[in-house]
Amino acid sequence: MRTYAGHSTAKASNELYRRNLTKGQTGLSIAFDLPTQTGYDADDELARGEVGKVGVPIAHRGDMAMLLYGIPLDQMNTSMTINATAAWLLALYIVAAEEQGVDQSQLQGTTQNDIIKEFLARGTYAFPPAPSMRLIADMIAYTVQQVPKWNPINICSYHLQEAGATPVQEIAYAMSNAIAVLDAARERVPQETLGQVFGRISFFVNAGVRFIEEHAKLRAMSILWEEIGRERYGVSDTRHLRFRYGVQVNSLGLTEAQPENNVQRIVLEALAVTLGRNARARAIQLPAWNEALGLPRPWDQQWSLRIQQVLACETDVLEYPDIFEGSKVMDALVEELLQGAREEMAVVAEHGGAVQAVPYMKAALVESHRERIRRIESGEQTVVGQNRYVESEPSPLTADAEGGILVVDPAVEAEQIEAVRRWRSERDQAAVDAALAELARVAAAEDHGENLMIPTIAAARAGATTGEWARTLREVFGSYRAPTGVGEASGVLADGELAELREQVAKLSEQLGRRPKILVGKPGLDGHSNGAEQIAVRARDTGMDVVYEGIRLTPAQIAASALQEGVHVIGLSILSGSHRELIPAVIDALHEAGVNVPVVVGGIIPEHDIAALKQAGVAAVYTPKDFDITRIMRDIVGLVSAGGPNGDGASNGRA
Amino acid sequence: MSVDGAALGVRLRERDLSSAPAVLNLLESTAAADREQSARLLAEVSPAALGGEAPGHVIGVTGPPGAGKSTLLSALLHRWRELGQTVAVLAVDPSSRRSGGSLLGDRARIEFDPADRGVFIRSTSSGERHGGLAWATRSGAQALAAAFDAVVVETVGVGQAETDIADVADTVAVVVQPGSGDVLQFLKSGIMEIPDVLVVTKSDLGQIALSARRDLAAALRSLGRRHTPVLAVSSLAPASGIHELAAALADHRGEIDIGARRLAARRAGALRDFAVEYGEHGMRLVGGRSEAEKWLTRQDPKLNIPALFDCLRERMSERAQ
Repeated sequence: MRTYAGHSTAKASNELYRRNLTKGQTGLSIAFDLPTQTGYDADDELARGEVGKVGVPIAHRGDMAMLLYGIPLDQMNTSMTINATAAWLLALYIVAAEEQGVDQSQLQGTTQNDIIKEFLARGTYAFPPAPSMRLIADMIAYTVQQVPKWNPINICSYHLQEAGATPVQEIAYAMSNAIAVLDAARERVPQETLGQVFGRISFFVNAGVRFIEEHAKLRAMSILWEEIGRERYGVSDTRHLRFRYGVQVNSLGLTEAQPENNVQRIVLEALAVTLGRNARARAIQLPAWNEALGLPRPWDQQWSLRIQQVLACETDVLEYPDIFEGSKVMDALVEELLQGAREEMAVVAEHGGAVQAVPYMKAALVESHRERIRRIESGEQTVVGQNRYVESEPSPLTADAEGGILVVDPAVEAEQIEAVRRWRSERDQAAVDAALAELARVAAAEDHGENLMIPTIAAARAGATTGEWARTLREVFGSYRAPTGVGEASGVLADGELAELREQVAKLSEQLGRRPKILVGKPGLDGHSNGAEQIAVRARDTGMDVVYEGIRLTPAQIAASALQEGVHVIGLSILSGSHRELIPAVIDALHEAGVNVPVVVGGIIPEHDIAALKQAGVAAVYTPKDFDITRIMRDIVGLVSAGGPNGDGASNGRA
Repeated sequence: MSVDGAALGVRLRERDLSSAPAVLNLLESTAAADREQSARLLAEVSPAALGGEAPGHVIGVTGPPGAGKSTLLSALLHRWRELGQTVAVLAVDPSSRRSGGSLLGDRARIEFDPADRGVFIRSTSSGERHGGLAWATRSGAQALAAAFDAVVVETVGVGQAETDIADVADTVAVVVQPGSGDVLQFLKSGIMEIPDVLVVTKSDLGQIALSARRDLAAALRSLGRRHTPVLAVSSLAPASGIHELAAALADHRGEIDIGARRLAARRAGALRDFAVEYGEHGMRLVGGRSEAEKWLTRQDPKLNIPALFDCLRERMSERAQ
């Protein structure tokens, strides 16, 4: 039992971990901030506004030692939610253990390290697919020998469901992903250890509120996993063939409207992964009730921990053998999911496997998500408190000044910048330079003959920083932008409201002389692009020209694009909590470029921040409770109309 | 109130790159007043006003989806900037036929420094003419060639878009990825015009890329076009073949008679615009396609497309009476 945590600084997070451990938590689950996840130091331009926001910033071995101070690593099971930079963070963890006098062979835990889902759903990738897979294979080869109790990779179907995956897609893409990893690892490890490698692969799945079907999904996954192990990789040891998974229950279904309802959703979702013993989770993480509002506070996390404790210690759920054994209904449901998943896996295989099929899978997910939103908008799918039973008494839970969430002190960023610069000036620079040169040499070697973990650990020991490690590899591997999946999303038939809106857009096009053009993008490092993608697709469906810029944009990039593209309106999405810094920065950059068009913002924006954003010049702010995208579109079209018949003059940037 | 087209044209002629966004905003507009200003703008950058052809090199880059055009463009852009050349890119995406709207995602895949004033990227939709180039894209490319050293028109697909692009570009590069046989088939069957430069991407794929390159070269030889360059490039790090590609594009431009090519393109463009506007009936009135083509060759070579279009229209009204 643990809660996903980390924020502000290594020191503050260390205090939080030690407090949670005394409350009965049995392991650590480390959340890193976005710059750490994507390989930038706090003083990088792209890190602006993101430092210490969604997790803890870790720039070097000093930060890691501080984070784990007073926590005995030989007794700890540590889960690190880290992907693109997983090899680096594991290296820092190994070095921190060394400093505590703990040998790496004693370390236990998991690095998430699932890069394909980053390309598909979460967006915190750093390198192109092929070298990313090589890093993963190298980590597997290294840990299997040197850190045998470590789970080097945790295949996450969790984020796929968050991105809109149906149960069939979740199963099929997770399994295809695991196959791609195992195929890559097979070339890097001795044949006789393949069974062991197979056994070290664990999964991180999602559980939604349709908990019967979700339970069936997990049973189907266990069956498929064993089948793949036996048939594709010749694994026969039953211990290695067990489908091991942890779970974080669904956040996508959590609502900002009447957030207290999220507590019962979380409980029901937890049942999906605990009810039947044959498909029970090994570890459960429950989100906090107020995730859709902002960063949870320690008290919110305690509540989530207590839910698990009630389930485990008060109920009888753990006392029986598998309660679905022999159930015809469950068996049929499992069979149906298996069949669908096998068909979908065949499609992925036809594309050449999961790495090659990223564009296909991405497009399929955008499409599923679009369908889900359509059902909620039309009322076909009920979300209590959001599209049905919406009347509510005032909530005492969100009544306090900060609206019931944690706010990271903006001073944290300045301190971290100062700290990383001090670290760089005080270390042995020659040793760092040599270590990074060696890393570059191994990375560039054509035969990929040497394991990247060796120079990575050496660089960690020498005192290199996260940004330096990633930059060295970016220079060798090149940088990369994942497919957006929006181009392929099918258009919808215009009915009722949408048809009306389309007519309005057609009229507006005549007034303007050309189609209204919108720029949609995500400033900062937050890679959760589902919302932005859906806005982009819907804007196209209303008849607008949409420049979809994707993720990881600097304010200067947004301003340059807006100017060059001659857009009439700009839509920005931020979920990481960095809107207070980034949105005003974008607006300043737009002014500087001479672009004067309305800006709308969507994302997890706490109620009390909205006024400040509007003050800064934002025309409208949308939060998760604004689920009706057609309504948002109507507002946007209205904003462009109000810009006058010749809105074009505004974005010419004559300055 | 419309913007001053003539003033924008003058800014282009003076190689003021910051005029580019406003130029495209105007050319894309179908409002009557804007159309008038567009004509003024184009007149300012016509061969007559420039005293010759526009100095920029207009390059068409086309190929099937997924061939790696955008990544290739990022690498080329980088190379051109190293050489000190200014670059404009017009990226054309297909529109949604249902709503008329479009999703223009290519820009996100082209990497450039936002502070670099020597680069201009504009996404446009293919408009109502599916697969073809919108009027604004063609006239935009011609106008920007007055100010930028290189103007790239990027389109998706092989077939219609590729023929359209030949009418606007000095040099057409077709981009294919190894293992896709379409282009080879199109070339052999004559569906596709032979491009000026063929590019095989993803040369990091090794053997497959090599044999793709060999097959294309063999096909070209059998068609009697042994001198058409076939280049293998890898846009992924470590990038390779990009310098050679930039050189091959420049070489092609040096080899052709740019004046003759653009003149032919202007005449073909005017005739096509005319056909779109007045249809079969209009074509018959100007004496049929081949008659009209011949007639166009007798007009002043310095006339730009709108002017030639007007000539055709006058001829039509004369003959209708």
